[in-house]
Amino acid sequence: MADHAKDPTAQDEHQLADTPPRHPLPATHDHHDPSFWRKYIFSTDHKVIGIQYALTSLLFLFFGFCLVMVMRWQLAFPGEALPLIGSFFGESRMPGGVMLPEFYNQLGAMHGTIMVFLGIVPLAVGAFGNYVVPLQIGAPDMAFPKLNMASYWVYFLGGVVMLSSFFVPAGAAKAGWTSYPPLANIETMGQTMWLLGMVFLITSSLLGAVNFLTTIIQLRADGLSFMRLPFFVWAQFVTSFLLLLAFPPLEVAAIFQLMDRLADTSFFMPSGLVISGEALDVSGGGSPLLWQHLFWFLAHPEVYVLILPAMGIVAEIIANNTRKPLWGYRAVVYSTIFLGFMSFIVWAHHMFITGMGTSISTFFQITTMIISVPSVVILSALFLSLWGGSIRFTTPMLFALAFLPMFGIGGLTGLPLGLAPTDIPLHDTYYVIGHFHYVVAPGTIMALFAGIYYWFPKITGRKMNDRLGRVHFWGSLIFMNGIFFPMFIQGLAGVSRRLYDGGSIYELAAPVLHYNEFMSMCAWLLAIAQIPFFINFIMSIKKGEKVSDNVWEATTLEWAAAPSPPVAHGNFETIPRVYRGPYEYSVPDHDTDFLPQNQP
Amino acid sequence: MSESTHAEDIQAHVKVYIKVFGALAILTVVTVGVGYLHLPIWPALIVALLIASVKGGLVGGFFMHLSSEKKVIFYVLLVTATFLLAMFVIFISALHDQVGGHLVP
Amino acid sequence: MDIPYTVSVRPDTGVYNAKLGIWLFIASEVMLFGGLFSAYVFLRTGAPVWPGMMGGEMYVRASDILSVPMATLNTMVLIASSVTMVMAWASLMMDDFGKFRRYMSLTILLSFVFLIVKGFEYNAKFSHGLYPSESTFLAIYFTLTGLHAIHVIGGIIVNSYLLGPGSKLWKTKPKQFTNRIEIAGLYWHFVDLVWIFLFPTIYLL
Repeated sequence: MADHAKDPTAQDEHQLADTPPRHPLPATHDHHDPSFWRKYIFSTDHKVIGIQYALTSLLFLFFGFCLVMVMRWQLAFPGEALPLIGSFFGESRMPGGVMLPEFYNQLGAMHGTIMVFLGIVPLAVGAFGNYVVPLQIGAPDMAFPKLNMASYWVYFLGGVVMLSSFFVPAGAAKAGWTSYPPLANIETMGQTMWLLGMVFLITSSLLGAVNFLTTIIQLRADGLSFMRLPFFVWAQFVTSFLLLLAFPPLEVAAIFQLMDRLADTSFFMPSGLVISGEALDVSGGGSPLLWQHLFWFLAHPEVYVLILPAMGIVAEIIANNTRKPLWGYRAVVYSTIFLGFMSFIVWAHHMFITGMGTSISTFFQITTMIISVPSVVILSALFLSLWGGSIRFTTPMLFALAFLPMFGIGGLTGLPLGLAPTDIPLHDTYYVIGHFHYVVAPGTIMALFAGIYYWFPKITGRKMNDRLGRVHFWGSLIFMNGIFFPMFIQGLAGVSRRLYDGGSIYELAAPVLHYNEFMSMCAWLLAIAQIPFFINFIMSIKKGEKVSDNVWEATTLEWAAAPSPPVAHGNFETIPRVYRGPYEYSVPDHDTDFLPQNQP
Repeated sequence: MSESTHAEDIQAHVKVYIKVFGALAILTVVTVGVGYLHLPIWPALIVALLIASVKGGLVGGFFMHLSSEKKVIFYVLLVTATFLLAMFVIFISALHDQVGGHLVP
Repeated sequence: MDIPYTVSVRPDTGVYNAKLGIWLFIASEVMLFGGLFSAYVFLRTGAPVWPGMMGGEMYVRASDILSVPMATLNTMVLIASSVTMVMAWASLMMDDFGKFRRYMSLTILLSFVFLIVKGFEYNAKFSHGLYPSESTFLAIYFTLTGLHAIHVIGGIIVNSYLLGPGSKLWKTKPKQFTNRIEIAGLYWHFVDLVWIFLFPTIYLL
C-alpha cells in the first residue's frame, strides 16, 4: 500500500549536476551537519520555512483572536469594566478596566490586519504552499531557496513592526484595516507603522509569489503535465498570480499615504478640507477615492487569495476520503483560472456608496455577478464529488465537509452585496462582517484546520488524536456559527460596523442588541474549543500514533513518493516520475482502491 | 554551436545594439522636439505615448531579447498588460462617471 | 541535492529558472509603476489646472518649472547605460572578461551620472522652497522620479556586486555567471524603460 517511488532505471537528468550545490557551506553533505542556526532559523529548506510560517502565523491568528475577544466584551457589556484582566491594559487604553473608543478602534483595525495579512495568508500560502507544493510536484525544493528564506524573514519583520505599533504613543492604527484617508492621513504614529509593516508584508508576498510561480512552471517532475497537477497546486498557482500582480498598487497607495503623512503631500487630501474647524495647511488637489481604488484593486483579489488555497485543501481531502476522483477536474481548473482573471475587475463593489455613476456601477455589478459563477462551479464540483463515494469520516474530512455549506452561506450572502441597490443599505453594516467572516472563519479556517490534521502525519510521521479532533471540530463549528449568524440579523436591522458600543446609542439597533451578549459568549467558548487542538498538536508531535508514510492511502506525490517526514535535503530518495492524473481512486480491476501518480 | 559561429552571432547582435542605440537617441530628440511644439493635450499625449512605445519596444525587443523570447514569458507579460490596461481604463472611467457629473478627484 | 534548471533550460518552457523569475518580478514592477502612472492620470485629470499654483506663481506647463534639458541629458545617459549593460553581457558571451569589466564599470558610472543630475534637479527645487508638499504636481514629480531613483540605486548595488565580489563566479561557473549578468541586465533595461515613459509624461506633457 505505502508506495515509495522506485524507478531504478532512470538515472534522472535532474540529478546530474550541471550546477554543483549552491550552498557554500557544508549543509548539503550528509556527514557534516549544519549548525542549529542554519538548520532551524536561517534554513533554506522549504519544509523548515513552511513550518516557520505555520508556527508564526498560528501565533498571529491566536493573537488576532485575542484582540477580538477583548472587543467582544465591550460589545456585550458596553461601558462595563473588564474583570480581572481589564486593568492590565493600562490607563491610556482601558482606564478602570473600561475600554476607550480609541482602543476599541485599535483592536478593530489590528484584528483585521493581523488576521488577513499576518495570519491567514501566511498560513495558507506561506505554510501550506511552501511545505506541500514542492512535494506534490516532485521537486527537491522551491526554485529559489534563499529567496524563500528571505520571504519568511521579511514577513517576520513586518509582523514585528505591526505588533510594536501597539506600544507607540496613542497606540496602533485605528482607521480600520482599510485605512481610508482623510482619517488615516491625520491619524497618530501607529498608522505610519501600519504602512511600514504593510510594505514589508507586501514585499514578502511578492518574493514568495515569484518563487511559487517559477517552481510550479519549472520544477514539475517528468510526466507531470499541468492537467495532472493536484488541484491544490493549481489553487496555489492562481493565488500566486493574484499576489504578484495585485499587491503592487497597494504598495503604491502605502507609499502615497506615507508621503502624505510624513512629507505633507496631498495625494489623498482633497482641497478645502476642514478638520475641527480649522482648514488644513496642505496643498490639496488630492483624492480620497484614489486610495480606495488602489486599496481595493489589491484587496479584492486578496479575498480570493484567502479562499483558493482553502478550496485546494478541501479538494485534496475530499478526493482522498471518498476514494473517488474529484468531480469535474477540468471545469474546476478552468473556473479557478477564470475566477483569478475576473477578480481583478470587480473591486469597486466595495465602493458602491462613493457616488459612482450608473455606468461604472453597472459595470462592476455585472462583473461581480459573473464572478459568482466560477465559485459556484467549484463548490458544486466539491459537493458532487461526494456522490457515490465511499466516505471515510476522518478528522480532516469532517472539517473539509463542514467547509462546503459554510462557504455556501458565505458566498450566497455575498450576492446582495454585489448588487448596488441591495448593497447600499447593507454597506458597512454587520451584514458585511457576517458575510466575510463566514467565508474566512467557518470557511477558510476550517479548511486550514483540515489541512493541519491531514498533513500532520506527513510532517511528523505521527497522526493527531482523533477524539480530541472531533471535540475541536464540533466546538469550532457550533460556536463559529453562533458568533457570525446573528450578524446578518443585526446588519439587516441597520447596525453599522466599527461602533465601539455595538450600536447601543442607536434606536434602530435596540431590537437586535441582545444578540451581542450571545455572540460574545460564543466567541469565548470558541476560544475554549481550541484548547483540545493546542493540546493535541503539541502532544502528537512526540506522542502521537506513529503511522506509515502514506497513512491516508493517497495518490498524490507528497504521500506516495516521499517518506514521512520527507528526506531532509531533496524530499525524495529518488525523484519521482508521474504516469497519471492526481485522483486515480477506485480504478476498476486493481487490487488497491488507489493508484499513486508515480506508480508505473 | 561551434565557438566561431557563436562569437559571430554575438558580433551580429552587437551591431544591432549600436543601431538601436542610435535609433533611441534620435527618438529622444524627436520626443523633446514634439514637446516644444506645445500641442494640445490629447494629440500631445498620443504622440508622446506612441514614440515612447516605439522606444520601449526597441529596448524590450533588442536589449531584453523579447523578440526571440519563449512563449511562457510572453504569457506572463500578456496577462500583466491586460490587468494594467484594465486598471488604467477603469480608474479613468470611474473618475469620469460620478453622480452629479462632476470631475472631482 | 540540486535544483534542476538553474543553468540549463527546461526543455518544454525553454527558459532557466532565474530568467522566468526575473520576468515575473518585472511583471510585478510593471504593476507598481502602472499604479503610479494611473494615480498620476487620476489626479491630473481631476485637476482644474496642471501644474497649477506653486511658490506663488501659476504654471501651465511642466517644462516651465522642470528642466527639460537636464532630463533629456539623463534620458540619454540612461539609454547609454542600457547599451553598455547589454554589451557587458555580450562580452561574456564572447568569453571576454576584460571587456565585461569595462562595460559594467561604464554602466555603473553612467548610473551615478544619472543620480547626480537628478540630485541637481531636486536641489534646484528644494533651494527655492519647492517641496513635494507644495502641490500635487510636485508630489507626483518627486514620488515618481524618487521611486525610479531608488530602483536605479538598487541596480547600482546589484551591478557593483556582480562587478566586484560576485565576479569570482566567472572562474568556476562561467555559464551561471553569464546568466546572472543577463538577469541583472533585464532588470536594468526595465529601469530604463520606466524612465522612457516617465520623461515625456511628466516633463513634456
